[in-house]
Amino acid sequence: MHPDKILALKGLSKTFGTIAANCDVDLDLHRGEILALLGENGAGKTTLMNMLFGHYMPDAGQIEVADANQRFLPLTLGHPQAAIAAGIGMVHQHFTLAENLDAVDNIMLGAERLTLLPRKRVAAEKKIRAIMAESGLTAPLDVAVGKLTVGERQRVEILKALYRDVKILVLDEPTAVLTPQEADTLFENIRAMAQNGLSVIFISHKLREVLAFSHRITVLRHGKNAGEIKTDQADEQQIARLMVGAETPSHTRETQANGPAILRFKGVSVQGRARRDSLQNVDLTVFSGEILGIAGVSGNGQTALAGVISGMLSVESGEVLIEDQPLLDITPAAMISRGVGRIPEDRHRDGIVGSMSVAENMVIEQLDDPTIQQNGLLRRDAIRDYAETLSSEYDVRGPGAQASARLLSGGNIQKLILARVFDRSPKLILANQPTRGLDMGAASEVARRLLEARGRGAGIVLISEDLDEILKLSDRILVVHDGAFSTAKTRDRAQLGLMMAGQAA
Amino acid sequence: MDILQILLSESFWSASIRIATPLIFGVLGALICEKSGVLNLGIEGIFVAGAMVGWMAVWLGAGLWGGVLAAALAGAFFGFLHGILTVPLGLSQHVSGLGITLFATSVSYFSYRTALPTVSSPPRITPFRPLDIPILSDLPFIGPILFQQTALTFLALFCVAVVWYIFNKTALGVALKAVGDNPNSVDAQGLSVYSLRIGAVMAGSALMALGGAFLTMSAFDAFFFGMVNGRGWICIALVIFASWRPGKALLGAVLFGAFDALQVRLQTEVGASVPSQVFLAAPYVLSIFALVIAARSADYPRALLTPWFKGQR
Amino acid sequence: MIRIEARDSASSFMKLGIPVLSACVALLLAAIPLMFAGAPVGASYVQMFMGVFGSKFAFSEMLTRATPLIFTGLAAALAFRAKLWNIGAEGQLYLGALAAAAIGTGVLDISGLLLIPVIILCGCAAGAFGMAVPAALKIRFGADEVVTTLLLNFIILIFLQYMLEGPLKDPMGLGWPQTAPILDQGMLPPLMERMRIHYGFVIALICAAVAQFMLLRSVWGFKLRAVGENRNAAGHAGIPVNRSLLTAAAISGALAGLAGVSEVAGLKGYLTADLSPGFGYTGIVVAMLAGLSPGGVVVSALFIASVFVGADSMSRAMGVSSYLADLVVATALLCVLVGGFVARYRFVRVRRQLERR
Repeated sequence: MHPDKILALKGLSKTFGTIAANCDVDLDLHRGEILALLGENGAGKTTLMNMLFGHYMPDAGQIEVADANQRFLPLTLGHPQAAIAAGIGMVHQHFTLAENLDAVDNIMLGAERLTLLPRKRVAAEKKIRAIMAESGLTAPLDVAVGKLTVGERQRVEILKALYRDVKILVLDEPTAVLTPQEADTLFENIRAMAQNGLSVIFISHKLREVLAFSHRITVLRHGKNAGEIKTDQADEQQIARLMVGAETPSHTRETQANGPAILRFKGVSVQGRARRDSLQNVDLTVFSGEILGIAGVSGNGQTALAGVISGMLSVESGEVLIEDQPLLDITPAAMISRGVGRIPEDRHRDGIVGSMSVAENMVIEQLDDPTIQQNGLLRRDAIRDYAETLSSEYDVRGPGAQASARLLSGGNIQKLILARVFDRSPKLILANQPTRGLDMGAASEVARRLLEARGRGAGIVLISEDLDEILKLSDRILVVHDGAFSTAKTRDRAQLGLMMAGQAA
Repeated sequence: MDILQILLSESFWSASIRIATPLIFGVLGALICEKSGVLNLGIEGIFVAGAMVGWMAVWLGAGLWGGVLAAALAGAFFGFLHGILTVPLGLSQHVSGLGITLFATSVSYFSYRTALPTVSSPPRITPFRPLDIPILSDLPFIGPILFQQTALTFLALFCVAVVWYIFNKTALGVALKAVGDNPNSVDAQGLSVYSLRIGAVMAGSALMALGGAFLTMSAFDAFFFGMVNGRGWICIALVIFASWRPGKALLGAVLFGAFDALQVRLQTEVGASVPSQVFLAAPYVLSIFALVIAARSADYPRALLTPWFKGQR
Repeated sequence: MIRIEARDSASSFMKLGIPVLSACVALLLAAIPLMFAGAPVGASYVQMFMGVFGSKFAFSEMLTRATPLIFTGLAAALAFRAKLWNIGAEGQLYLGALAAAAIGTGVLDISGLLLIPVIILCGCAAGAFGMAVPAALKIRFGADEVVTTLLLNFIILIFLQYMLEGPLKDPMGLGWPQTAPILDQGMLPPLMERMRIHYGFVIALICAAVAQFMLLRSVWGFKLRAVGENRNAAGHAGIPVNRSLLTAAAISGALAGLAGVSEVAGLKGYLTADLSPGFGYTGIVVAMLAGLSPGGVVVSALFIASVFVGADSMSRAMGVSSYLADLVVATALLCVLVGGFVARYRFVRVRRQLERR
C-alpha cells in the first residue's frame, strides 16, 4: 500500500545518566503512510522523536531520509536545522510557540534569515492563508498566540511545519488537549494530507485512536522495540500486550453508597484572567465515599477549581464548606488542617521541593506536628524513621530517604506525594491529573489507592483529561467547559465529548 | 524664576536631554538584554568600564570616536562574560550580574589608578563639543534643545530608532522577542538560543558602556571615582517602567533627565528652606516609585531569569 | 563529543572544595594585575601575607576588619537562602549606625549594662526596617527587590549626609560632618589591650552560630529554606510564604544594622559618611563564597578581610593601588559562581557508536 520508504531510523540509543531512554530502536516510515508510535508513558517515544528532530544527540545509531529520487541520505544528527532542511517537522507535546507574537510571526520564525533587512511579512501571510485553505486547518493570524485556545495553538503548530514544506510530520500526543470531536477532525485533516503524499508519525498512548487512525503501528516498551504490526491486522488485546508485557492489574470500582456531604461549594466565584480561569457562581457537592470526576480538556477551569480546593486561590464570593463547616479563610494550611489531601497537577512546581530530601518532603505539610518538632526544633530521628516507614509502605524507590527528592523518577515522586497525603487519612482528596506522565504500573497503583481511600469513606475530586480514566473511576461526572460545570447524565463518550466542547444540547 | 518659567526655558530642556543621554543608552542596553531573557545587573559596572576605557582611549590618543569604539568593545567584552555565565552555563543571573559589576568596577578603578597615580585634580581630555548644525541649530527653541547637543546625544537618539526598527521590522527582532518569551519556540525552528541571547547581551552591554562613556567624554572631561553613582540601577528600574519598549524608554529617560534638571534649578530657588538632600534623593525615590507602579506589567518577557539548556526537555 | 550531565549530588568534598579553590584561584590571578602594575609578584604576595600574619596587631586588625563582614555576610546569606536578594546591606548598615549614634551619644544617660543592649536593639530595628520596606514592596507590588534595595542604598546615604550636617552633627566637631562620640559606657568593650578588636567580633561569632543552628535544625529554618528553594511548593504545603519572607527580611536587615552598630559603637566611636568602604556589598561575596552557609560565612569573612588588610599593607609598601583587593574579591565571586556549576554538573565524554551491535 505504501511501497516507498522515506525514513529509516537504525539502532538509535539514548541514555540520560543511568536511565536508558532508548536502546537500539529501529523504525521505518513510508511515503503517504500514517504510522502510530505507541507505548505507555515513559516508553521512550518522545525521546526517539526528539532524536529524529535533532533536539537530542543519539548515543548510537543513525537516521536516513530519502530524497525525491529515493536515494537515502544520512541525516545530520543533533541539529533541528538539519531535520527541517530534510523536510521533517514536529509538533511537540508542549507547544513551542512564543505567546507574545502572533501566528504569522511564529510561523515565519526561523524560516527567514536573521538579517537586518525588513521582513517580507505580507508575502508570508499570503502563503499561510493558502496553506490554511488547502489543509483545512485555520487559526486567527493577527492575535497574540497567548490569547488563542489550545486547539487553535495546535493548528498554528501544524501550520508552522506545513509552511516549511514538510514531507514528514511528527505529532507528539496530539489529542491530549482536544475533545473527542476535535481529535476526529484533526485526524480527518491528517488523513487528507497523507493522501496527498505527506508522511506522518504520531505518538500516542491511546490504543483506541491508534487503531482508528493509523496504517501501521510500531510499539515501544521500556525504550526498546516491542513489535510492529499493520493496523488492519491488529486487535486491541494484542497491542496492549505488546505495550505492557505482562498484565496490569485492573482495579474495578464496586458501587457503594455514599455518605454525607464532605465538600460543598455555594455560589462560589473566583475572578481569573479569562473566563476559563474563573469560577462563576458554582454550586458543587462531593459526598464522602464517592469519586467525583471532573472531565474536560485542560485549561477550561479545572485550575480555578483545584486552586480553591487546595487553598491556593481565595474566593471572591460564595461559601466553601467542609463537613458543613464554612471556611473563613482559604489557605493551604487551613485546608490541610481540615483534612483535605491534595495531589497537585504539577509535581515539580507544587508538589516537592526538589533540592530537599525525600524525608523533608514527606513532613513538609505537618511541620507543627508534635511528632515532627519539639519547641520549634526539628526532631530529626523521628523524621527519618517516619520517612523510612512511609517509603517502604508506599514503595517509594530511589537513593534513600535522605537523598534529594528531585532524583526520584516521576512515578516515585507521585508515590511520595501519595504517601504524604494518604498517611493522614484525609476526608477529602483532590487528585489533579494524578496519572499524567506515569507508566501503566504506577497509574494502576494510583487508581488502587484512590479506590481504597474511597472505600474508607473519603470523598475524592478527580480531575483528569483522560476520559477513560474518569469513566473507570468516577461515581459521578461533571464536565467543565470554559469555566462552566455541567452534570453528565450519560456515560456515552461521544456525548461527553460534545459537552467537553461546550456543544451539548 | 518660578517653576513655569523654568519649564518653559530652553536651557532647562536642553539640560534634560543632556542628562538623559547616558540613561537612554543604559535603558536601551538593558532592554535588549532583558527582552531576550537575560537580566544584566552588570550595568553599573559596565557604565564605569565604559567611562574609564573611553576616556583612557582618548587620553592615549585614539580620538573621540576611537574612545567611543573602545568603550563599546569593553562593554561587549563584559557582556560576553555575563552571557557565557548565564546562558550556556545557566548560572544565577542576579549573582553573575552583580559579580560583573564588582569585577568591571574594580578592574576599571585599578587600571586607572595604576596608569595615572594620584594627583590633586584628575587629568582632563577635550570632550565632545555641542554641535553647530547650519540652520537647524539656529531654530528658535528647538535649536538649542535638540540640535546643539553633542554627537553622542544624537547617537543615543539614533540608537532608539535603530532598536525600534530591529525589534519591529526585522526577522532578528522577531527571533529575539521569541527567545525571551519561550526559548523552545526558537530552538524548534532551528535557531540557536545561545547565540541569540549571548549576542543580545553583548550588544546591550556595548550600549550600556556608551552610557558610561558619555559621562567622561561629553558631560564631563575627566574620570572620577564614584561618578556613575547608581545611574545603572536607575536604568534597570526605567526598563520596567518602559514596558521594554524603546519609545517609552526614551520618554522615561527624558522625563528622568527633566526631573533631575528641575531639582538642580529648584535647589537654587528654594534655597535653605528645603534641605538639598531632598532634591538629591528625589531621582532614586522616583525610580522606586516607577518600579512599584509598573511592576506587574503584561509585557514582562516570560522567559526572563529562567535558564534554558539544550537537549533537556 | 562532550555532554553535560547533572550530578546526583555534590559531594561534601566538592561543597567545601569549590569555595576554597575559588579563593585560591582568585588570589593567584592577582598576579596578573600585579604584573600590569609593574610590581614584583613574589614580594607583593609576601607583603600581603605579612600584612595579616606578620604581627599580633596585624592579625587583630584582620579580625577587626572581618567583624562587619561577618554581619553583612550573614545578612546576605540568610536573605539569599530565602531567594530574597538583599543588596541593600550597605544602606541597612548605615541605618543601624545612625540608630546607634542617635541613641548612644547622650540621649539616654544610663549604665552601660542597659545602654549597650538598647543600642544594639535599636540598631537591629533600624536595619530590619530598612529591609522590611523593600520586602513588603516586593510582596505587595511585585517590585524587584534587587533594584529597590540598591536604590535605597543611595537614598539612605543621602539621608545620612543630611543627618551628619544637621540633626546629628557634633557641636564640638569643628564643623566636620560627623556625630558626637558615643558615650563611654555605650561603647562595646575591647577584646585585647592596645588592639582595636572589640566585642563586636564575639557578637558576630555568636550570631553566626545561632544562625547556623536555626537554619538547619529549627522549623523556622526549614520553612525559610523551603520558601527559598521552591516558593510554589512551599506555599502549596501550607507554609506561610509571605510571613517567612518578611521575617527573613527583618532578620537580614537587623544583621546588617548590627554591622553598623559594631563599627560605630565598637570601633570608631562616632559616625562619619565614610564609615563603610562597601561592607554591605562585600558581604554578598562573603556569603556566596561561603555557599550561603552561616558557619561558612565566618571563614569566608576572615579570608576576605585578610585580602583587604593584606592588600592595604602591600599597597603602602609596593605602591600598587589597593583596588587590587576589590579585584581579587570580585574574581573570587566569579570563580565561586563557575565552581558552583562544576559542582552541579559533570562533563561526560561520549563516544558515538557508529556500528550497530
